[in-house]
Amino acid sequence: MKRIDMEFDLVVIGGGTGGPMAAVKAKEKNPGLKVLLIDKAHVKRSGAISMGMDGLNNAVIPGHATPEQYVKEITIANDGIVDQEAVMAYAANSFDMIQELDRWGVKFEKDETGDYAVRKVHHLGSYVLPMPEGHHMKKILYRQLKRARVEITNRVVVTRLLTGTNGEVTGVMGFDCRTADFYVIRCKAAVITTGAAGRIGLPASGYLMGTYENPTNSGDGHAMAYHAGAALANLECFQINPLIKDYNGPACAYVTGPFGGYTANGKGERFIECDYWSGQMMLEFYRELQSGNGPVFLKLDHLAEETISEIEHILHTNERPSRGRFHEKRGNDYRRQMIEMHISEIGFCSGHSASGIWTNARGETSVPGLYAAGDCASVPHNYMLGAFVYGRICGHNAAEYCSTVADKAIDEGAVAAEQARVSAPLQRSEGLTPFQIEYKTRRLVNDYLQPPKITRKYEIGLRRFDEVREDAQAMVATNPHELMRAMEAMSIIDCAEMAARSSMFRTESRWGLYHYCVDHPERNDADWFCHTLLSKGADGRMAMTKKAVEPYVVPIDDDERDAYQRLRVERKAEAA
Amino acid sequence: MSIATTLTQAPVKVHEDKCIAEKGCTVCVDVCPLDVLAIDLVKKKAFMQFDECWYCLPCETDCPTGAVEVSIPYLLR
Repeated sequence: MKRIDMEFDLVVIGGGTGGPMAAVKAKEKNPGLKVLLIDKAHVKRSGAISMGMDGLNNAVIPGHATPEQYVKEITIANDGIVDQEAVMAYAANSFDMIQELDRWGVKFEKDETGDYAVRKVHHLGSYVLPMPEGHHMKKILYRQLKRARVEITNRVVVTRLLTGTNGEVTGVMGFDCRTADFYVIRCKAAVITTGAAGRIGLPASGYLMGTYENPTNSGDGHAMAYHAGAALANLECFQINPLIKDYNGPACAYVTGPFGGYTANGKGERFIECDYWSGQMMLEFYRELQSGNGPVFLKLDHLAEETISEIEHILHTNERPSRGRFHEKRGNDYRRQMIEMHISEIGFCSGHSASGIWTNARGETSVPGLYAAGDCASVPHNYMLGAFVYGRICGHNAAEYCSTVADKAIDEGAVAAEQARVSAPLQRSEGLTPFQIEYKTRRLVNDYLQPPKITRKYEIGLRRFDEVREDAQAMVATNPHELMRAMEAMSIIDCAEMAARSSMFRTESRWGLYHYCVDHPERNDADWFCHTLLSKGADGRMAMTKKAVEPYVVPIDDDERDAYQRLRVERKAEAA
Repeated sequence: MSIATTLTQAPVKVHEDKCIAEKGCTVCVDVCPLDVLAIDLVKKKAFMQFDECWYCLPCETDCPTGAVEVSIPYLLR
């Protein structure tokens, strides 16, 4: 393993959505700054929006919504547990970002007057803006990276951060997944934009990479933040999605809803009032699956031909374009039958739920010099536009921070330890494969952590994770590619344990299915109207604390507070 | 303990008559997020080296000669 040393002011880890934005904005703030964007794939096609995106799910556009309304909606959708200032920082900058993307060449749907064609999908307000030509997104970002002269390193897997005597960021370490060269990059600040932890659970198909999230998003950022001493927030608020069964991708009710499509039960009846993904919506979905009224379907077969063609164009050319060929092979036709849906395995993703590396309204984590944006950070329901907005916030603030700190020496002891840890699987000639370790961890996550959460099962799960962690000491990698999978497997074990410990800490039920505890079935605001934070304790093990919910900047009325609790369609009693 | 290899049908198929890897093209290898494609150094053609596919399609979309064909992996189909 050859060692390669580099030096930058700022390193952005992850080149998907928020990462390129953070790097570009840091350079705009200070063109003299040396900025590196590092990705374990290739920035041209990496991350959740590898093939673009079919729309904005949380556009706050004047005339359609106000930042205050949006903050209210997200507060209610999250059962009140939000840092409203951080949600407001997104909402207040949302429109400005849309206009900037528009100038960069992103095509949004507009009506005949040139106004953005915003649709209603959320329970209360209107925030969805389709992007029928959204497949160019990565190309547009790449052009901006080149213009801003951001340096890019592809195919390097970042594994750990280096910290100084005050716990501040001093560098990042990783390895090349093709050559296994070991990288030590000295820097003053880092932004983590590694996306969701989408490879914790095992898809029902049994295919390891058949995940909802891009499987490169294996929770590496969550793990490296944890090991660097950062706090992670509300990890018990899992991400669980309603997806096309087996394909495990979005169906996608956000796109089809405004056209008249909806989620239906086996009888073709609507059973939820709103298809926006919330924990409560997922709980109703789960109940319908269990009730004998299942399976659950996406219903479009009542729509007109031209509507269906338009839906097909959007769904089969953007985000997950292989949806089309999946349906074709199955004989699915939106015109003729409903599409079977199912519930996904668990993950961490603030894009849709509310868990991740804790950040405030400035994108700062609890580690000095460390920032986080997008699906891996804790600002709830952020989606793609939130990743862009927080990418910009992180880029600006990290650039400013860099000008206030001096170069620091790196901890060579920590470098040697990490190089030894990373290179170990390559030096073994026999043992367990990364595939075996990963498969077993993720299968155990499904067996023991998938809600409904049961304390006894969680205790068993934790014990089994410890065993797998020990087994992983015998992992063997026969080439650098397998070494990448081996290191990812370690992140996955870390995330699985984090999911379990956070869930066991919060002894109540909240966020619908996301944290539905059989042993504590009621919501308990007296004891648990708070965030939970997980971080590395003095003993090197995971420690949990409560954090008070920050004072609201937008008050919530009593009659609005429980709007998301009333999602099930009420059936009038039949006349006898 | 010894290590066994298990054969599997790869979801990504490269039509070798169309693949121009011998001319130095590595587009599909470059764009794959999971880094599962490689160039066979003897045949000078691209192929799927690891069955770890997200059926996301950049390899097929970005191939300049239309040589790459992605199927949904059998376990999901």
